[in-house]
Amino acid sequence: MTDVKKFLSDKIKTVPPSGIRKYFDMLIGMDDVISLGVGEPDFVTPWHIREACIYSLEKGFTSYTSNSGLIELREAISDSFHNDHGVDYDPEDQVLVTTGVSEAADLALRAVVNPGDEVILHEPCYVSYKPSIILSGGTPVPVSTTRDNEFRVSGEQIEAAVTDRTKAIILSYPNNPTGAVMQKQDLEEIADVIVEHDLLVISDEVYDKLTYNGKHTCFSSLNGMEDRTILLNGLSKSHAMTGLRVGYAMGPPGLISAMLLIHQYTMLCAPITAQIGAIEALRNGEAGMQAMVREYNRRRRFFVTGLNRLGLDCFEPRGAFYAFPSVESTKMTSMEFAEELLRQQKVAVVPGEVFGQCGDGFLRCSYASGLDELKTALERIEEFLS
Amino acid sequence: MNEILEIIEQDPKKDPSEIALLTGYSEKEVQTRIKELEDSGIIRKYKAVIDWDRVGEEYVYAIIELKITLGDRSGYDTIAHRIASFNEVRSIRLISGDHDLSLTVRGQSMKDVAFFVAEKIATLDQVQSTVTHFVLKTYKEDGVPLFKQEKSKRLAISP
Repeated sequence: MTDVKKFLSDKIKTVPPSGIRKYFDMLIGMDDVISLGVGEPDFVTPWHIREACIYSLEKGFTSYTSNSGLIELREAISDSFHNDHGVDYDPEDQVLVTTGVSEAADLALRAVVNPGDEVILHEPCYVSYKPSIILSGGTPVPVSTTRDNEFRVSGEQIEAAVTDRTKAIILSYPNNPTGAVMQKQDLEEIADVIVEHDLLVISDEVYDKLTYNGKHTCFSSLNGMEDRTILLNGLSKSHAMTGLRVGYAMGPPGLISAMLLIHQYTMLCAPITAQIGAIEALRNGEAGMQAMVREYNRRRRFFVTGLNRLGLDCFEPRGAFYAFPSVESTKMTSMEFAEELLRQQKVAVVPGEVFGQCGDGFLRCSYASGLDELKTALERIEEFLS
Repeated sequence: MNEILEIIEQDPKKDPSEIALLTGYSEKEVQTRIKELEDSGIIRKYKAVIDWDRVGEEYVYAIIELKITLGDRSGYDTIAHRIASFNEVRSIRLISGDHDLSLTVRGQSMKDVAFFVAEKIATLDQVQSTVTHFVLKTYKEDGVPLFKQEKSKRLAISP
């Protein structure tokens, strides 16, 4: 039998396997599991958006779109940033619609990274950045954020990680998995470092709408950052559209056109049905989105208070839909905790180390679940701890 | 305040202690506010949405539209209040379009409802004409779907 592994590229062999895999295998065949391990809304895409998708199919809109995405969608995206953040992107050449934010991140990295370039990222963070940096030929340089600093990354930390090979940094706030947010002044500190060392920022702000008790600051809205930022966002989290796969990138025309080049030869365009749904979401989805945000906020208060009561120390997450409690008081590693909790009480959470070494000792618990499920989960965790 | 109302509208049975956790108010504050909302009449009543069909109770519902001729000294409110006073009337609204008032009526049988319309409503001086639509099936009541909904198809773990 042929050993097919010999056909694999050297590069793919350096991409670490997903830490979630083994854990995922444990889940197969288990019933009655309450999952707090899901990185997506429990809401179904609002009906008016689904209906727009259905109508579009009925009308026969099943073709390719412009590589950049439907112009109506790019205009709607551009308008929403003008209204929400006062930043202006020309829908003609500064907005690129992608198949989810993951694709946009990949395009941004491939468009700017040369072999050996370093890209700084703060951990714990979304699982795909590191592999994407490696696949683009770059070297990931992780910077650890801590509970003490509420998982914010500081300008100082970035500065300490900069070398003469540093090309870019990836920022992702509100953060998956910690729920951390950055205040405007935190971001300004980073902007200073960016200018000082002539760097580029890839800012993934897909959770921007899910910000509680305060307003999200868009990185490119900071003084002088418009030309140094590739802004990534999408509709998955804000409008509960994960499976429809609509993301987008915005930035200086010179960078967006390079990303478009890769996109047009690989993905071609985002699915037209989803793009039409996205137009409906952006034009008429504000009220529905606000209702979901209010609901998340309630669950957030309820769940975080509950975790702290159980002695699982948890700072107040002000964004996304994750709580990131510490398991230090239990003397277990986060992997042990997660595996035992699943086995004994059938509650699934994601061990923090999956999101970077410094995430060990923490759990990512998604509160994008119904309140009854959250209640039962807390009861089961209490039982587990006793 | 609106936050508490939004929660109660969804689930009037929710405990003040839980509402406190959800909103960030103290339990005492929640109790005080709910009392205020009840006293001022903002919260009118706590109600359950019941799928009577499944109980086997064969209620008959009808939507009745009325054309009204206003008298010299009385407006829509006067006649609406009179009609609203019948127990059979579940809701009554002033509407735009061809008709003036729209009623929802519940009775034990079609005959029951027909009799009510003929004897109690059509006979009122101000009622110029009536149109009765019997309800064949209710799919959604007060924001609550009465049909079976698909269960979530989310994966148990996703990044």
